[in-house]
Amino acid sequence: METKGKIVGVNGNMISVSFEGAVAQNEVGYVCIGDNDNQQRLMCEIVRIRGRVADMQVFEDTRDLQIDDPVDFSGDLLTAELGPGLLKQIYDGLQNPLPQLAEQCGFFLQRGTYLAALDRETLWDFTPKASEGDRLTAGDTLGTVPEGIFEHRIMVPFALKGPHTVKSITAAGSYTVEQEIAVLTDAEGHDVPVTMMQRWPVKLAISCFEERLRPSETMTTGVRAIDTFFPVALGGTYCIPGPFGAGKTVLQQTTSRHADVDIVVLAACGERAGEVVETLREFPEIKDPRTGKSLMDRTIIICNTSSMPVAAREASVYTGVTLASYYRQMGLNVLLLADSTSRWAQALRELSGRLEEIPGEEAFPAYLESLIANFYERAGYVRLRDGSFGSVTIGGTVSPAGGNFDEPVTQATLKVVGAFHGLSRARSDARRYPAIDPLDSWSKYPSVLERERVEKLRVILREGNDVSQMIKVVGEEGTSINDFIIYLKSEMLDAVYLQQNAFNEVDAATPAERQRDMFDVVEKAMLSLYPYSDKAKARKFFQSLTQDFIDWNQIDSDLPEYEQRRDAIFKKIEEAAANA
Amino acid sequence: MHKVYHTVDNLAGSVVTLRADGVKYGELAEVTSRTGTSLAQVIKLDGGSVTLQVFAGARGIATDARVRFLGAPMRVPFSDALLGRSFTGAAKPRDKGPELHDNLIDIGTPSVNPAKRIIPTNMVRTNIPMIDVFNSLVESQKLPVFARAGEPYNELLARIALQAEVDIIVLGGMGLKYDDYLYFRDTLDENGALSRTVMFVHTASDPIVECMLVPDIALATAEKFALDGKKVLVLLTDMTSFADAMKEVAITMEQIPSNRGYPGDLYSQLAARYEKAVDFEGAGSITILAVTTMPGDDVTHPVPDNTGYITEGQFYLRNGRIEPFGSLSRLKQQVNKDSREDHRTIMDAMIKLYASFKETQEKQSMGFRMSEWDEKLLKYGERFESEMMDLSVNIPLERALDLGWRILADCFEANEAGIPSKLAEKFWPKETQTQADAAEPQSDVADEAEAPAESKNADTEAKDNE
Repeated sequence: METKGKIVGVNGNMISVSFEGAVAQNEVGYVCIGDNDNQQRLMCEIVRIRGRVADMQVFEDTRDLQIDDPVDFSGDLLTAELGPGLLKQIYDGLQNPLPQLAEQCGFFLQRGTYLAALDRETLWDFTPKASEGDRLTAGDTLGTVPEGIFEHRIMVPFALKGPHTVKSITAAGSYTVEQEIAVLTDAEGHDVPVTMMQRWPVKLAISCFEERLRPSETMTTGVRAIDTFFPVALGGTYCIPGPFGAGKTVLQQTTSRHADVDIVVLAACGERAGEVVETLREFPEIKDPRTGKSLMDRTIIICNTSSMPVAAREASVYTGVTLASYYRQMGLNVLLLADSTSRWAQALRELSGRLEEIPGEEAFPAYLESLIANFYERAGYVRLRDGSFGSVTIGGTVSPAGGNFDEPVTQATLKVVGAFHGLSRARSDARRYPAIDPLDSWSKYPSVLERERVEKLRVILREGNDVSQMIKVVGEEGTSINDFIIYLKSEMLDAVYLQQNAFNEVDAATPAERQRDMFDVVEKAMLSLYPYSDKAKARKFFQSLTQDFIDWNQIDSDLPEYEQRRDAIFKKIEEAAANA
Repeated sequence: MHKVYHTVDNLAGSVVTLRADGVKYGELAEVTSRTGTSLAQVIKLDGGSVTLQVFAGARGIATDARVRFLGAPMRVPFSDALLGRSFTGAAKPRDKGPELHDNLIDIGTPSVNPAKRIIPTNMVRTNIPMIDVFNSLVESQKLPVFARAGEPYNELLARIALQAEVDIIVLGGMGLKYDDYLYFRDTLDENGALSRTVMFVHTASDPIVECMLVPDIALATAEKFALDGKKVLVLLTDMTSFADAMKEVAITMEQIPSNRGYPGDLYSQLAARYEKAVDFEGAGSITILAVTTMPGDDVTHPVPDNTGYITEGQFYLRNGRIEPFGSLSRLKQQVNKDSREDHRTIMDAMIKLYASFKETQEKQSMGFRMSEWDEKLLKYGERFESEMMDLSVNIPLERALDLGWRILADCFEANEAGIPSKLAEKFWPKETQTQADAAEPQSDVADEAEAPAESKNADTEAKDNE
């Protein structure tokens, strides 16, 4: 029995609806406007119920809505479609495929047009893995279909409770996502038909696994400052706060290309459309170094840019993490990059303001912290019931107002993440990219190198920074030669190891192997003693060593020149340490 | 058809409330009162009561004012007849020309589907080295100029508008001084650009609501021109006035403010305007150049701060110069790889050295002894400021790059400037090189890859042993 309602108030993207019957918090409804020829149905979601009036946020522009316009309630929460065909797709926050929308509506996003997330026509080659009489629970594999380079598991729908018996399962063959492929019987003897597609409410976590484990394996990103100094683990969480122009997005883009994971879900949430377009247009052309196939084959893009409706922006991060968790159930490592969680928080703030809730700090709603914590907690490294492992790693950027990390979103995020890559304006102004601040940032995850060795170099960075502060006060002449050399060392370490040229083909990403190799040489340069007595000579030496390093960084490690340069630098360090 | 109401319940600021039915959210109404007739827009529906925002302000509106609902949202006329004309924020003629009524178009149209956008690839040349070399402007970019009140931002905007190769210029003025409006009109006229310009100008003395309409009208017009295949440059000055107008209205509406009184949706509101910048596949493009004045020269003020997160970079205008620090064009990578092979290198190296110069300058001002390296930096910084940063410099990109090499070579040795050796070999002006590195002729190093490291190595040692 469908519940119906009528609009009694409109304020921005919030409507008040009086209803008859029963409705649920977060239930999705549709406002119907226009006459019969040109009817539009605008999706909306219940955010508050007071007596017989529900406050709903509309996922579209609310222009032309009138008092007494009818509202249909669907009885469902906001759900995502899960099944083969998600990879390579570009969705908006409500999982509408954008390229198909473009075919239908042209340049502009027409409100009220919703398309199926999964193509209904495509045939998938299904191979059954379960057989009749098997007792299965939610998340167990019924069969597989090949999806690009992956074996996509068709699983018992996550929403089913308790054990089910396989009553029948179809033979191997080609099916669409809507065709029945199996019938399951529950404990009470009811039959449940199963297709390759299932729906899951995006705001709930998927937890059909055996146990959650501690993230302990490094996820390499190709960014040296991250992998060596502030690593991220598979199944871990990290955040990148930074003022505008500090390079958050470039860092996310590099990571999305080079991260050592199976699947990347990019949730562009309330950010610039232009940046998404770069990804959209370039990814199909770029080869994934791991598989040799196009990068797009392992990517899903959720794109709700800043000018698209605000309410759908809030949904987009949840849609992203739901898709990521779905692929984790197949034993894959998935990376979700959310850019930026501040925009999501701002969407919550706008909503909260319209609901006239009592505001918290900077007018953000009081429940902001728990929502952020909930979101990051959906990451994790898990052991599935069949013994395989899968992970969802979440990396979120934060755009703090004024670049000040003391604001509510950054602070709420810092509490719940395992690594913090703080970007600093001072570094980006000096063009020191990636602008990850080596003194403020931290990570609780294991690095690609031994902790003690990394720590020694961090000490040099810290001491070098102290000396540089001192030089500002007492000048170079007031600094002892030993301190001055520490300062030069820290500058060189920064220039050759922490800084990376994201636009140079070779330097953009350094594989773990090469990082270890580089680290050996850098470590040598840092820990050697140089008996210089003249500051100008010492500076000259480090300048030229830095130059050699930078040249070396840009040479493909497969070329013979790579080894030659490496040895030359080694020799140069030894000579300088011996006879300067 | 259109109903007329005669009773107004509440009046506050520019907002009136009355009881009416059959009203659509967002539609226009005509409010007639003793002081005249003004348009108004429906901004809230609550049961039988309707809240209207009156464009001309509520001053003089009586409780028995006549309110007639028009049944349609705000529309503006669009045709080629717009060119050369100037209008108010309510799209009424500001010049002496006729009022236009044909071909009405919606404003505040939906967002462009990201899947239909294309990667911009055309540089907009301005002949200002600080822009062309260091932060190239790109077609379809949205870029604000951050400046303190009093900086010559309108002059900069006008100069870019005149020198950029575009088909149509749309000027949206918000809270402009009347003098500034005349300055734009006269400058464009003198340089023969008025005939390809449309101006929508709200001056400081006009009703505040009209200020909020200017960006939407200007961008809706620009969008139509772009869909017709034109390259459009939209100038918006000053977006801080626009934000302040929103603040004023939001506070009158008793909305909960978020930060320094600005409404919580400031980011979304600004983004909806800036995101109109686009390159349509198979049609024209919209490039947006805006001015955001920073109250108190504070970039963390909510307006410049939110703007920075939306736009594709920003130019800082300080003391009449475009600051190299903080100024950024996020799209420059799309165009500076194909301009000339040394473009990126010059850009990076010169900025890095300029940063070092700034540090040295600080040390010098504190009275420290200057090392040999410091002296070089000081010489460099001075030349960089006078020959590159000065806004009066008006040279094409290629000449600016050559000038960059010249300045570097006059101040430094090739291996000090942080330039990859391969490029230095090709571009470093030769005569200076022989002076500096007399010991090693550079020509024979070019094809032997391992040679430079060794030769420099020997070189350093030789000097160290002196």
